[in-house]
Amino acid sequence: MASKLTNKAAFFKQTPALGWLLTGLVIAGLEMAVGKPLARFLGIGKIPALFGFLIIFKKPSLQFPFIFNDLGIIAGVIVYDILIYLLPLVLVTWLTYRLTNRVAGVLYRKSALLSVLLHILLLYLVLRLWTDISTYRELVTRLTMIAVIVTLSLNVINGYMGEFSTSHPGFMAVGAYVSSVFTMALFTQSDYFGPARLPASLAPVFFPIALILGGAVAAFSALAVAIPSFRTRGDYLAIISLAYMFIVKSLFENLEVVGGPRGLGGQPDLASFPVIFVWMALGIWIINNFVRSTLGKALNAVRDDELAADAMTVNTRKTKMTAFLFGAFWAGLAGGLLAHVLRYINPGSFGLQKLAEVLAMVYFGGLNSVLGSIVGAVSINLLGEALRPLELYKWIVIPVILILVMIYRPTGLIAFREFDLVEIVKPKEIKEGDDATA
Amino acid sequence: MSATEFFQNVVNALQWGSFYALIALGYSMVYGVLLLFNFAHGDIFMVGAYIGFFVATAFLALFASGVGIITLPSWAILVLVILATMFLTSFVGMAVERIGYRPLRHAPRASAAITGLMIGIIFETSILAMFGAQRMKFPELLPGLASASQPTFGGVIISWQKILIVGVALVLMLLLQWFVSNTKWGMAMRAMAFDFAAVPLMGVPLNRIAALTFALGSALAGAAAVLYSMAYPVLDPYMGITVGWKAFVAAILGGRGSIKGAALAGFLLGFIEIFAATVFPSTYRDLIAYSIILIILVFRPHGMFGEEHTARLRL
Repeated sequence: MASKLTNKAAFFKQTPALGWLLTGLVIAGLEMAVGKPLARFLGIGKIPALFGFLIIFKKPSLQFPFIFNDLGIIAGVIVYDILIYLLPLVLVTWLTYRLTNRVAGVLYRKSALLSVLLHILLLYLVLRLWTDISTYRELVTRLTMIAVIVTLSLNVINGYMGEFSTSHPGFMAVGAYVSSVFTMALFTQSDYFGPARLPASLAPVFFPIALILGGAVAAFSALAVAIPSFRTRGDYLAIISLAYMFIVKSLFENLEVVGGPRGLGGQPDLASFPVIFVWMALGIWIINNFVRSTLGKALNAVRDDELAADAMTVNTRKTKMTAFLFGAFWAGLAGGLLAHVLRYINPGSFGLQKLAEVLAMVYFGGLNSVLGSIVGAVSINLLGEALRPLELYKWIVIPVILILVMIYRPTGLIAFREFDLVEIVKPKEIKEGDDATA
Repeated sequence: MSATEFFQNVVNALQWGSFYALIALGYSMVYGVLLLFNFAHGDIFMVGAYIGFFVATAFLALFASGVGIITLPSWAILVLVILATMFLTSFVGMAVERIGYRPLRHAPRASAAITGLMIGIIFETSILAMFGAQRMKFPELLPGLASASQPTFGGVIISWQKILIVGVALVLMLLLQWFVSNTKWGMAMRAMAFDFAAVPLMGVPLNRIAALTFALGSALAGAAAVLYSMAYPVLDPYMGITVGWKAFVAAILGGRGSIKGAALAGFLLGFIEIFAATVFPSTYRDLIAYSIILIILVFRPHGMFGEEHTARLRL
């Protein structure tokens, strides 16, 4: 029975990435076309923003039996999810996996790079269509994509380098403030920095400069952690980086030029969906190449045994320094993006809660793994949004899940895995009548 | 700053530092014996304050003169409250060890740090869910203490409360020092700190020593919570965060597993904070405190009393 089932579902394993993206496209298109009438027909009202979790968990009553919402509406949401997501998922992959495999094969043989680019374009299209339904969905996706960058950058330090750094909120704060000051001083009329100095039409051109500047300043400030803590071995990075985080937070709280504890608001709306997507793709690509380069391998060697790595001519200090500053750079850049999505930052939001969030994403997803970081950031973010109606209890549910993950998979869900886009876009081998366990 | 002001600040710093010192001891012992950051410790302190609140309310109802069944002098009630809170809080610590850390004994230590962090969040949220956001007022354990004539020394007011707090803290520290250096269990703890791998092979029960370490640390946090609540009698679910993380930094500043170091670093942190707040605007307090810590760690990377060791977070 079980093997029969796996045989039936074998096409899932033989569906190439192209097939999944095609399915995503179909689902997004379907939801756009019939989502609204279907939702109205099922009595949900409007299209459920996040698979209906927000509707299901609405108004939780903690008395037995745990009924969260009207049973009719819950049933409606489930039917909606089945009709819009599950059914097309199964049907489209089953109907097209041979075709998509063939197309993926042709593309792959022609040019792997072209195929990768096409996949990324398709992914963008899917996400763009899916998020077009509601602004809430779009905002969540934008924040999730930023979280991916942050998680990856912390994974470089905590996963690939094997240290325990706690300074990421600090780097993000530095990046956020520096880029905000840059864009606000140049392009907006504000109480802090006076009138705009350049026309607003130039803002998108200068935005990357602002972000890179933010990242660079964050990386430079990371020297304050890196120089003392890499002189000796031990857990001191954890403490020094913690002190750094508190110092940065306290510093911005006392800097009245940027609003002090009240925060800084009114950043120009520059971090649109495409911009963040491009930065995320760029971030994944660069970080992935970094950790797979000679330097990244040296980093792994340092983590596993610093003495042995040193004996094998790895310049351990330089390697650690580079990786740490690299991680800080991307964290600062992500902080800049975040500031321009929220368009308001205050020092309090870069504190311990942010730290717990970022650490949770890294360790949930998996250490030493780019794919793990993506999975961790996406799942913790979506989980956080889906459980939002639970209000306070959300902060019991998520920690419990994380503790269970840590107990049963101490290095995270997808740890120590190489991430190779060329490998992903490859067509899958089709095995006839074979149970596809291989 | 005049001499009177200076000594007044010294007295205040001693009180403020004794909270840090007591909490830092818990961090330091766990870190020394198990090489583990117990990120839940600040929240154990917070839970201890709530336990202390209920114990104090109950004991006052039972034993206070006029209302109680048996009348006890208020100093005896205070001692009972501190002891009962320490006892109960030690179980919180042992529970944290059992649930959050024991299953991860052979996992990367960073993962254990994450569970600790998460247990802390669960504590905060549960307390918030149980008692709501309204702040609770800790009952007055020694009525008349504040109104009695306070001892002064050349214009410096040394209140009875401060003498009491610093005194209890010092007694507890000396007791801990005695326990660790003079008893069989203390010896086992020191041995474990010396070699985590070999000592269990010599017949020392690892799990029981770990539980004992957590129990002792949490008991001290419980005592600190009662003393803290006497000085600042407002409880809120996030009180463990600010005090706890600073005490954590103090523990590291003192040196790995060094009881003397953690205690002294706690007092040092108290002095830094109080004096930073008097010289500069009080918003600069954290900035200056952490900057000084950073500078000390740059020059003494193993803490003030720590020995050089090559331990690091394993993967």
